[in-house]
Amino acid sequence: MIFDQKPVMVQVARKTLHNPCFVTLFFDLAIDFQPGRFIMVWLPGVDEKPYTISYHGPERFGITIEAKGRFSNQALSLSPGDWVGIRGPFGNGFDIISSPDVAVVAGGCGMAPLAPLVEQLDPNLFFVHGARTKDFILYPQRFAVKRYFTTDDGSLGHRGFVTDLLAAEIQRRTEQAQFEMVYACGPEMMMHAVFTLCEAYGIPCQVSMERYMRCGFGVCGACVCSDQVVCTDGPVFHSDQLRKMTDFNRTALLKSGQPVALSEYMSWRCQ
Amino acid sequence: MAEFLGIQLKTPLVLASGILGNNAGILSRVHGAGCGLVTMKSIGPNRRDGHNNPTVIDLGCGMINAVGLPTPGFDNMDAEWQALADRDFPLNASIYGGSIAEFAEVARFVSDQGPDCIEINISCPNSDHHGMLFGVDEKAAHAVTAAVKRVIDVPLIAKLTPAAPDIGRIAKACEDAGADAICAINTAGPGMVIDIEAKMPVLAFKKGGLSGPMIKPIAVRCVYDIFRAVSIPIIGLGGVTTGEDAVEMFMAGATLVGMGSAVRYRGIQVFDKVNRELVDWLGAHETNREAVIGAAHHPAGRTFNDPVSISNDRSSQYRKSTP
Repeated sequence: MIFDQKPVMVQVARKTLHNPCFVTLFFDLAIDFQPGRFIMVWLPGVDEKPYTISYHGPERFGITIEAKGRFSNQALSLSPGDWVGIRGPFGNGFDIISSPDVAVVAGGCGMAPLAPLVEQLDPNLFFVHGARTKDFILYPQRFAVKRYFTTDDGSLGHRGFVTDLLAAEIQRRTEQAQFEMVYACGPEMMMHAVFTLCEAYGIPCQVSMERYMRCGFGVCGACVCSDQVVCTDGPVFHSDQLRKMTDFNRTALLKSGQPVALSEYMSWRCQ
Repeated sequence: MAEFLGIQLKTPLVLASGILGNNAGILSRVHGAGCGLVTMKSIGPNRRDGHNNPTVIDLGCGMINAVGLPTPGFDNMDAEWQALADRDFPLNASIYGGSIAEFAEVARFVSDQGPDCIEINISCPNSDHHGMLFGVDEKAAHAVTAAVKRVIDVPLIAKLTPAAPDIGRIAKACEDAGADAICAINTAGPGMVIDIEAKMPVLAFKKGGLSGPMIKPIAVRCVYDIFRAVSIPIIGLGGVTTGEDAVEMFMAGATLVGMGSAVRYRGIQVFDKVNRELVDWLGAHETNREAVIGAAHHPAGRTFNDPVSISNDRSSQYRKSTP
C-alpha cells in the first residue's frame, strides 16, 4: 500500500536494540517497497524526518534509527505500542541487476537502505561494510552472504577505508568478470570516493543521497542538489546523474535554504 | 511565445513562488521543462529557518502547507545571485518583509541583482509577522507597493491573497500604487488538518495555506474579480493542473498562468504537458491565447472562435475600475 498523503498513525510493533546507537522500529503494515525508498516519520509534537525502509516483509517493515540529534533520540526512546505517523513510501529505489558481478559498499548507517538490497541481490556479490569501530557495525548477524569489514581503528577487518577493499577487488577482477554495478550508501565523502573510483574504471554505480527534506514529494525544493530533487529524482542516483551534480560532495542546503559546504551541513544535521 | 511586461517568455506558464525555486540549477531545469517565467522562493530581510516538519502534506484534492518563509536572507545569497547572473531564462524574484521598510530594503537590494521582475509576497498566511496583513487592507497594499516601486528598476508584481474581503479592490490599490501586474492567488485559508489518532494538528504550525485543485474555483473567481478591477496584466494561479484549467484561468482574465502544486501530481514536466494541452485546445477551437483572455467576461458567452470579438485591449468594455 501507499500512504503518501496525510500521515497514517501506526503503533510500534517491535523494537530491536542493535547497540547503544542503533535501534530498529518495526510496524505491522503492508507497504509498497523497493530497496532505497523512504518514508516520512512523524513524532507528533516533535518533528517529521525521512527514514529509509531497512526491513521489509509482506505485513511488516522496519526503519533503523541512529542516535544523532533531538528527533532521533526521541525516536530511540519509543516503545512497542507507541504511536507514530507514517507517510510514504517516497523516492526512487535502487535498480536491481541480476548478476554476481555487483558490489555493495556500505558506510556506517548507510547499511540501512542497502540491507534489503543485499537480500535481493545475487548471493555471490562483493559486499564491504565500513564503520568507526566493530561496535558500530550495523546488523552484524543479519546476512548469509560473505561480508568484508573495514574499521577506522582496525577493531574488525581491514583498518582503513571501504574504498581500499573495493579498489583492490576491482583491480583483481578480469575484464570479463568486472563489476556491472556498484551500489553505495554512507557518508557523502565515501560515496564520492566510490563514484570517483568507479568512474576511473568505467563501472556504473548507484548511490543513495541524503538532504534536509520537508514535503518528500518534490514540490518544496528543500532537498535540491544541483538541479536534482533528492526526494523524487532520488534518493538513489546513477552515475550519469552524479556526473552532472556539482553539489555532490560539495554543497547542501540548510533549513533556511542557504547553500553551505557539506561539512557545515553535516555538523548541523548531527545537532 | 508570450510577451509579459516587456519580457519575452517561451510559454505563458509561470512557476509559483515557494515551489522548488531554491537554487539556480532547479530554476533552470523548470524553465527547460516548459516554464516561461520561473519564480524564486520568497526572499526575506533576515535569515529564517521556517517551521519544523510536518510543513507540507498532500490531501489528494490539493495540499496544505506551512513551510514558514525560510530564507537565507537577501544579503546572504551571493553565490546564488552570481549563479543566476549567467542565466538564460526569465526570472521573477519573490520578496517579503515584516514592515514597509523591510520590503523596501529587500526590494532595493534584489533589484540590483538583475531579476526580470520582482513579486511582492503580501499574501503568505504561514508566518505570524509577515506578508498577509498587507494583502487584506487596501491602504497597506497601496503603501507597500508604492514603497517598493520607488526603489526598484524592474517591473513589479503584487501577489495577492484570496483572504482579502474584496480582492479586486486590493488589486486596484496595488495598480494605483504602481504595480505593473497582479499575481493571484497565494494559498487559500489558512486551513487545518487534525489527526484524530494523534489528537493534534498535523502541521507543526497547526494551520497552513491550501493549494491545488481544491482551490481552483476560488482562484478563478479572484482572477475574474481582479480582471474587472484593473487594467494591468494578471498571472492567474491556484489549482491549475491541465491545459483546460489554464484555458479557464485565461478566460477569467489571466495573461499568464502559474502552477505550483501541479508539480506534485504531474512532475516537473507538467509545464510542457500543460503547454501542449493548451496549444491543442486552442488549435481545436481555432483560436489563440490572446483571444480567450477575459472571454468569460463577454456578455454573449461563447464567441471565442471569432478572435476579433474578444478585445485584448486593456481598456476593454468588460473591465471597469472599482471606485
